[in-house]
Amino acid sequence: MTFLFYFFSALVLFGGLGVVFAKNPVSAAFSMVISFLGMAALFIQLDAFLIGVLQVLVYAGAIMVLFLFIIMLLDVEEVEKRKLSLPTVIRAGGVGAALVVLISTVLMRGGTAGQALPKLVASPEKSDVLRIGELLFGTYWLPIQIIAVLLLTATVGVVVLSKRELK
Amino acid sequence: MDPSLTLNPLLLVSGLLFAIGLTGVLARRNLLIIFMCLELMLAAGNLTLVAFSRFHLVDGAPAYDAHVFVFFVITVAAAEVAVGLAIIIALFRSKKTTDVTEVTTMKY
Repeated sequence: MTFLFYFFSALVLFGGLGVVFAKNPVSAAFSMVISFLGMAALFIQLDAFLIGVLQVLVYAGAIMVLFLFIIMLLDVEEVEKRKLSLPTVIRAGGVGAALVVLISTVLMRGGTAGQALPKLVASPEKSDVLRIGELLFGTYWLPIQIIAVLLLTATVGVVVLSKRELK
Repeated sequence: MDPSLTLNPLLLVSGLLFAIGLTGVLARRNLLIIFMCLELMLAAGNLTLVAFSRFHLVDGAPAYDAHVFVFFVITVAAAEVAVGLAIIIALFRSKKTTDVTEVTTMKY
């Protein structure tokens, strides 16, 4: 099982690297789908079944199809045939490497981060979908209303933005 | 899942993915790829939330508040992608490019 964890982690990380280093936006989008599928597998390994399914449906499904759609709509041939400027790449790599060093230093210090996986003792008849639904429509009823308004605003905004002439 | 797994490797994977996304945002010049790297960073944050919820049990079950939070993050990311791609299309219509170094109208 630990093998599966490392396998899917490698999938996530190599997918991420593929997005950064891809020449073509289409291959970047497909690397990202791979990365998100690996992440969905990690979620399911962590007993987050609903989040794993949502990751596949919403991220790897809807959002990436939207990305591919837009990439195909824009002229890919014309977009980005120029080379990356080397100083920018070095500086960006430096920031990324500094972040990696920072995170590993914090993780090396131990604390609670090294604790073993605790065993679940929950009752099996209460699935995580049921529990998340209870939380969403119980404790978090106001945030979900606000999210609904946000989605409506985004829809109206997209319609306005995609009109050809703004009068 | 194997009980020998600890929280550290999960946080490391999430941190590495975040660093990869940040590097991509800073290094790439294509607006679409910058946007994809932003999504990678959001997904890395989600992984951290789910990992912490699995390692912090409440009554023998994972802390499901984190799952609700991840749910909200996914929703906001979907809305953000829709609006952002509409803006990119509007930009492409007027400038015929998605290169961020060529969009300098507001610089001067």
